[in-house]
Amino acid sequence: MSTTTLFLLTIGLGIASYAYGRSRAYSVAKRHGGVRALHSLPSHYGMMVALWCALPALAIIISWKIIEPSLISNMLDSAIPQAIHDGGVEAVKLYKNDIGNLVDSEKIASIDNAEKKLAAERLTNLRSTSALALFVLALTVAIAGAALALRKIKPETRARHKVERVVKFFLISCASLAILTTIGIVFSVLFEATRFFQEVGFLEFVTGTKWSPQTAIRADQVGASGSFGAVPLFLGTLLISFIAMLVAVPFGLMSAIYLAEYASRPVRNIAKPLLEILAGIPTVVYGFFAALTVAPALRSVGESIGLSVSSESALAAGAVMGIMIIPFVSSLSDDVITAVPQSMRDGSYGLGATKSETVRKVVIPAALPGIVGGVLLAVSRAIGETMIVVMAAGLAANMTANPLEAVTTVTVQIVTLLTGDQEFDSAKTLAAFALGLMLFVVTLFLNIIALHVVRKYREQYE
Amino acid sequence: MPSSAQEAFDKLTHTVGTPTVDNAKMQTRNVNVFYGEKQAIYDVDLDIGQNEVIAMIGPSGCGKSTFLRCLNRMNDTIPSCRVTGQMSLDGEDLYGADLDPVLLRARVGMVFQKPNPFAKSIYDNVAYGPRIHGLAGNRAELDDIVVDSLRKAGLYDEVKDRLDAPGTSLSGGQQQRLCIARTIAVSPEVILMDEPCSALDPIATARIEELIDELRENFAIAIVTHSMQQAARVSQRCAYFHLGKLVEVDDTSTVFTNPQHELTENYITGRFG
Amino acid sequence: MSSLDQKASSSATTERVKASLRKRYAAEKRFKLYGIVAISASIAFLFLLMGSIISKGLPAFSQTYVNLNVSLSAEQLDIDPTATDSELRRANFSGVIKQAMRDRFPDVSKRRDKKALYSLISTGAEYDLYDRIVADRSLIGQNVNLWLIADDELSAIVKSKSDLSAPDSIVTRLTDQQVGWAKNLQDAGDVDVRFNRTFFVNGDSREPELAGIKAALMGSAFTLLITFTLSFPIAVASAIYLEEFAPQNRWTDIVEVNINNLAAVPSIVFGLLGLAVFINFFHLPRSAPIVGGIVLSLMTLPTIIISSRAALKAVPPSIREAARGLGASPLQVVTHHVLPLAMPGILTGTIIGLAQALGETAPLLMIGMVAFIVDIPTSVTDAATVLPVQVFLWADSPERAFLEKTSAAIMVLLVFLILMNAIAVMLRKRFERRW
Repeated sequence: MSTTTLFLLTIGLGIASYAYGRSRAYSVAKRHGGVRALHSLPSHYGMMVALWCALPALAIIISWKIIEPSLISNMLDSAIPQAIHDGGVEAVKLYKNDIGNLVDSEKIASIDNAEKKLAAERLTNLRSTSALALFVLALTVAIAGAALALRKIKPETRARHKVERVVKFFLISCASLAILTTIGIVFSVLFEATRFFQEVGFLEFVTGTKWSPQTAIRADQVGASGSFGAVPLFLGTLLISFIAMLVAVPFGLMSAIYLAEYASRPVRNIAKPLLEILAGIPTVVYGFFAALTVAPALRSVGESIGLSVSSESALAAGAVMGIMIIPFVSSLSDDVITAVPQSMRDGSYGLGATKSETVRKVVIPAALPGIVGGVLLAVSRAIGETMIVVMAAGLAANMTANPLEAVTTVTVQIVTLLTGDQEFDSAKTLAAFALGLMLFVVTLFLNIIALHVVRKYREQYE
Repeated sequence: MPSSAQEAFDKLTHTVGTPTVDNAKMQTRNVNVFYGEKQAIYDVDLDIGQNEVIAMIGPSGCGKSTFLRCLNRMNDTIPSCRVTGQMSLDGEDLYGADLDPVLLRARVGMVFQKPNPFAKSIYDNVAYGPRIHGLAGNRAELDDIVVDSLRKAGLYDEVKDRLDAPGTSLSGGQQQRLCIARTIAVSPEVILMDEPCSALDPIATARIEELIDELRENFAIAIVTHSMQQAARVSQRCAYFHLGKLVEVDDTSTVFTNPQHELTENYITGRFG
Repeated sequence: MSSLDQKASSSATTERVKASLRKRYAAEKRFKLYGIVAISASIAFLFLLMGSIISKGLPAFSQTYVNLNVSLSAEQLDIDPTATDSELRRANFSGVIKQAMRDRFPDVSKRRDKKALYSLISTGAEYDLYDRIVADRSLIGQNVNLWLIADDELSAIVKSKSDLSAPDSIVTRLTDQQVGWAKNLQDAGDVDVRFNRTFFVNGDSREPELAGIKAALMGSAFTLLITFTLSFPIAVASAIYLEEFAPQNRWTDIVEVNINNLAAVPSIVFGLLGLAVFINFFHLPRSAPIVGGIVLSLMTLPTIIISSRAALKAVPPSIREAARGLGASPLQVVTHHVLPLAMPGILTGTIIGLAQALGETAPLLMIGMVAFIVDIPTSVTDAATVLPVQVFLWADSPERAFLEKTSAAIMVLLVFLILMNAIAVMLRKRFERRW
């Protein structure tokens, strides 16, 4: 009996008990003089029975499935030869993995090692026992729950209240999931990062200027002791983000101003959706474009005027990232510009200001907090953007302010350190989490400020 | 509206009273205003004299604000708005090809219903007009203009210590006087006021009314108001609008004590409006 | 200041303003021009991007075939005529094809030249032969004319309509000799360009001409399925709670701020979360759509919650009051009245959130969905990749032919995205209600 089947069976039982509970409620009602005699509608009683039946059973199945692996693994210890136990925890783990794989691929019969075979059989045994136990337990609980609830179908039972309480609890837990996600992010990143900082000092990480994360595989290897000075990464990220903002802010802002203040309705109706398309293009597409079209083009232009441009220049990545952010800046600025009250524009026109004077000297200063908030959000996006830089910016951890050279960024390094197969506990992978922590903290900081500024701004004109 | 009044309105083909004056600063003749298909103003003839305050009164939607906004072409910002007939300032056609709306608005300033100071300091609010028009040669001149305008608007004593404070930090009445100061700073010839006191409390209103009376010495002023008492207090002449037509215009005292037209009388005596 | 002074200053104003007008109008024009330049540059860039991708990607939708006379004798195939399907797999298809090429070009004798000749036909032709024979056993023992898939380099020069009689003018990795053979085939009418079915039915491959997007498409479909089934109910429930039931207190404030902040957290951070929590802690399978779906739903949740709340907020309070006046419980008010009215708005937000998820790459790299996937995944726990990741993988490949595959995959991705957005816009237009 697979878990999926059990799961579906439980849900089926729930549905059946809904129907039964409802009809039971009808017959109870008949005895008491019609449906009105009941506190709640018959369907509420049905829901109550269904929930009492399915919820505890489902909870049991899920928690069982979470505990099961470690429980079985512990019970398997006795079947593992002493020789393996002597080899330490890792060896036992490996051995268990091996057996697990054998059982999964149904190759027990072909095992020639008697000890292994024994262990494999024990594992199969444990698993089937566990499945059977779960099956019996879950169904018993489901039926008991339903029976209990059925006995509660009485006119005075407040079935609707009970059902609504459960639903409300469900709603609250869904809403709290966002908090859980944040906590999950903080803990997972913080936990691994702390382990990293135990190996490599925090100070070395944030002030070191040499980044070469290749750690030695064997202790006697030469020149392969990794160094984790993240400053070149931070600078590279800043350089590329800076270039991106140099593109995105003027273009985005001017587009927003034009759309909000000058454009006729038809122009607006065409231009806005086009900008939205630009915003909806996946970043991997921008990355492809940056790496295969913009970078070579920049390189050949550079060559033709005698400049040496790296094929993975910060300029190409930054410029394309800037273009990606244009619609973001533009739509946020459009919102804040249109939020500036018309009366303020009238005041300016009434004094004889031209449109551009009104925009530059009255509207923009009034909208400035909102625009700054939007730009901060855009910066946070640029810092966290991954695919464009992974594809177009390269891996060279240079410390340079020259946009024609190659730099690398925090996100590029996270991707590089974590893709491919590697030992999860190496300093290399842990370094990725340390970088992730930096990224999260910085962007969170920017976001909180930006959202606060924008919110305050909106309240001002509401 | 009583049916007799309706008849009176339908029969109305020309304005009762004396729409013209000898020393006219602005003149309008046969002015019609349309919003798309809808006509908002019908054949209005009206003069605004030098150094006088003319009040425009009438029930909501009578077109008085629309008419006022045509006098400095503020309605240009509404694409569907169309104006026919003649309007002139010192004999120059307002809607003529060689008249520039920017220049016109510098000469015909406007104060709005709701105080609308810019998101700038008090000083910068007043200095805004002179700055964009290049009226001050240097900082000292600009300071003079700002202080002088604030004085004329009766605000200087209250704000002289905090010219750097944002304009929005002032009270409603002070904000409106700031807006008036802002308008005066450009040295216009005419000031249009669109219900300047409707958002203010009685004390602030009294202060503004006083101010309007003082300003009359230097400017021609046209004020749209909802309050008949205010019209009676501040204006020398009074124009009564009804559903887009100018019903009656005359000396304020005449309009309020001896209205010639039935509609005007109904309005003045509070039978509707 | 007397009235006379005022008059003087008024006329001074007129003069000064007049003097400044030209400059100011020039500035006005310039400013407007900046706006036009900014917006047209953005739109021009969109067209440049689209144009570049379409022009690069279009050739990928056609495939070059070479007509060969193949002798399928059991002896040549080195099989028993009664061989089972699995025995047939071991048949010497490559030998048969090589023989056919030798027959077609009998002059080629040197070992090296022969090798060069063989390389004009894709290795995929062998699988094709197998499929044909499995489908029709009677082919064994016959001499048949078959159209076989050409190698990507040959395909490239044929599709680009290069002049094969002037090999020097063609940019290709093929030798002049190989181009000569190609010319021979072309002149005999034995080269044909057809619609590329392979691209839509195959998984990934090391050979560009055999690589397809189906595995990635199915991976995307499974991932989105998980994302939708998780994020939609949870987001709607959260939105209902926050909009309809949540008390005004600190906890609600925290939840709200938290959701807004989560919406702006870089996507790669969600990938780190997925790696640390779901893979390393819960031991869910790596590279599987189920993990990808969970991570993407956590990522899209804030977006959908925010738009669902907006949709709920747009339902006027009068409707709630009316329902409550009839004695409906708060939950009934929501489920019977508010939710149905808000549904179009919620669905619009959901589709936009899913479109975002469909285009997302970075977090999936973290959880190992960056694998080389040949087999089409059949469940949410199979190893899989998704369309954007496939784009990323192909973009990295050195073969020129993968460039067009990448662009073509992007085109398919964009078609899906545009479709989703179009549906969202239609929903919004169709059910837009002004209260």
